Amino acid sequence: MKEEIIIAGFGGQGVLSMGKILAYAGLMDGLEVTWMPAYGPEQRGGTANVTVILSDQPISSPVLNSYDTAVILNQQSLDKFESKVKPGGTLIYDPYSIHHAPTRTDIKIYPVDAMETVFELSSSKSYNMVLLGALLKIRPLVPVDAVMKGLKKTLPERHHHLLPINKEAILKGMELPKI
Amino acid sequence: MNKEEIIQKGTVVECKPRLLNDNTMHYCPGCSHGVVHKLVAEIIEEMGAEHIAIGIAPVGCAVMAYNYVDIDWIEAAHGRAPAIATAVKRLNPSRLVFSYQGDGDLAAIGTAETIHAANRGENIAIIFINNGIYGMTGGQMAPTTLEGMVTSTTPYGRRVELNGYPLRITELLAQLDGTCYVTRQSVHTAPAVRKAKKAIRKAFENSIKGLGTSIVEIVSTCSSGWKMSPEKANDWMAEHMFEKYPLGDLKDTVK
Amino acid sequence: MEEEVRLMKGNEAIAHAAIRYGVDGYFGYPITPQSEILETLEELMPWETTGMVVLQAESEIAAINMVYGGAATGKACMTSSSSPGVSLKQEGISYIAAGELPALIINCMRGGPGLGTIQPSQADYFQATKGGGHGDYHLIVLAPASVQEMADFVGLGFDLAFKYRNPVMMLADGIVGQMMEKVVLPPQRPRRTDEEIALQCPWAVTGKPDTRKPNIQTTLELDPVAMERNNIRLQATYSLISENEVRYDEYATDDCEYLIVAFGSVARICQKAIEEAREEGIKVGLLRPITLWPFPTKEICRLGKQVKKILVVELNAGQMIEDVRLSLDYKIPVRHFGRMGGIVMDPDEVLVALKNLINE
Repeated sequence: MKEEIIIAGFGGQGVLSMGKILAYAGLMDGLEVTWMPAYGPEQRGGTANVTVILSDQPISSPVLNSYDTAVILNQQSLDKFESKVKPGGTLIYDPYSIHHAPTRTDIKIYPVDAMETVFELSSSKSYNMVLLGALLKIRPLVPVDAVMKGLKKTLPERHHHLLPINKEAILKGMELPKI
Repeated sequence: MNKEEIIQKGTVVECKPRLLNDNTMHYCPGCSHGVVHKLVAEIIEEMGAEHIAIGIAPVGCAVMAYNYVDIDWIEAAHGRAPAIATAVKRLNPSRLVFSYQGDGDLAAIGTAETIHAANRGENIAIIFINNGIYGMTGGQMAPTTLEGMVTSTTPYGRRVELNGYPLRITELLAQLDGTCYVTRQSVHTAPAVRKAKKAIRKAFENSIKGLGTSIVEIVSTCSSGWKMSPEKANDWMAEHMFEKYPLGDLKDTVK
Repeated sequence: MEEEVRLMKGNEAIAHAAIRYGVDGYFGYPITPQSEILETLEELMPWETTGMVVLQAESEIAAINMVYGGAATGKACMTSSSSPGVSLKQEGISYIAAGELPALIINCMRGGPGLGTIQPSQADYFQATKGGGHGDYHLIVLAPASVQEMADFVGLGFDLAFKYRNPVMMLADGIVGQMMEKVVLPPQRPRRTDEEIALQCPWAVTGKPDTRKPNIQTTLELDPVAMERNNIRLQATYSLISENEVRYDEYATDDCEYLIVAFGSVARICQKAIEEAREEGIKVGLLRPITLWPFPTKEICRLGKQVKKILVVELNAGQMIEDVRLSLDYKIPVRHFGRMGGIVMDPDEVLVALKNLINE
């Protein structure tokens, strides 16, 4: 098993931390993982993307030219990465910030109304967790238990009271994709 | 009567400190370095501190200080002695750590290291020989060169519009919260030497006790660089240098 | 003891590994993309546990001189920076090499020249392997390709530095510094005691006991005869290191007809290109120098007899390729493929470059 994933959007949308939690979940599940951010000077506002690879074999390049799965959070990222999804691959996007929907026919495309869903949830900060839930529904790469363990590892102890909120968001996200 | 018969216990009032070895000094006749070296050796010996003393030598005339005082030494790159002393003291907190620097080393190329070590309040002593000139390289202008003073790079005298003003870095260091003892001394007369000795000893004790950064500036002569006889150089210093660099304590929080 | 598997950035792994190795002092100055090393150390507060000193210096120049001072007292000291900052450190590095002091310097390379970019690069290969500072000296240069190696090479670096009394540089890049991977951290070792240091490093400046003469740490020697003797001694050390410490990794070289030579994270990008090339039936292998100095000359020469052509892939305009060419004792085509200024090639670009070379 090997899954090469790109997650891309604006800085501040939780792109990097979503990748981090996914990578941690892979680690908890006994997989090899790499997490490679496109790092820049911006803390917030600029574009952000991260490449996450999960594999049961040692991973060679952390830098990729095509992806099995893309999770896209804004138009710029869609323009950049739609063509880089491998034929037969998966593209997940949030229509909330997309003006021109993806057009490829040789990949599986899933619009996920994550932003709309977040408004119904108790924490607006769990946007990326809703998307992670949707991703895991479509691509069951790691069990939710492993994700929760990963979350526990990445969150500082003082934020552990937020774990239930995040789990709620992940489960809510899992209901969204129309498969 | 031979030499040994004359020099014996009871008749000796002053002798060379044991830690000052017999190597022939490379310093010019009349240079203040020799006196300050002797004081350093004498104080460490009197304190019984040779087993904990670590000196940091500069680049400049005192680059080979380690050839004359028999303690452990590190020879620094130009201006970096306070950075080296910082690490030595932090990694070996029980040691007496001091740097020995000239005006070019401390107040020109090493200004950043000097100010930041003092501002962090590193528990080190800095002995600062200020003779207003680069001696080692042949008498060029130093940051502390007086206005109008002739050097090989200011052959018509230092002009402030071209070279800026003489830098009173010791006054500047006294402003920093990290310094505990800042003083300016000289070694041109016997009473001055005695006062300078007291000051250096105090700075060394501050280092051992961990009280902060101590600065002992010694306003010095460079008879070769100034192109004067040693005697004339002492007079010239008293007449001109002390006006810009007045002697005395600038700060003492350890009274 | 159960192995402790963690997920972390290469930069963070260096900080953790340093504490666990029992490093005495870290002195650094912030610069992207390696500031996490200093940040992680400050967060972990090792002075409370192992007694390790961590200090944010006023400049890279001060930091490297702090390393020089600490190393002169026999302590295990390190600093880290990125390309422009490492340029500033070169004076101090020359002194540390001349003073025959053990130390670890990390360069998490970014694109230059000048202030350049904060994106990954390998353009400091010449600087690291051919001197960098003034005088005839060499650093032992280790090139990590994974987060695990970022952690492992801290210990290896200090072991080599103390064994040969020679500074070691870990030549990493923004990719291995910023990426997260699984890492198994070494067990916690205690820092050496002052007694152990006095025993293991009789040259250390510690304050003079009655039992020995003063220890003088100096790089000044005005007598050219004595200074030449110092140089001869240094060169003898370098010969010994060249003899004993060459490290490299090979991938798919058994039957290869073409060879890619690459170091650090670029070697992993090339490995993926090789996986793809092999699927197309192209017999290509990879040699990854782990020590860039000493360079795996013999191994390149051996493989040079086996293969038809060699591609050297680097994030620069062609630096290691000179050492590859010098390693071969007869001529086969050796070509360079590189990206510069912070652009990282992807595996497809390497594959295209390889095919171009084959069809040449």
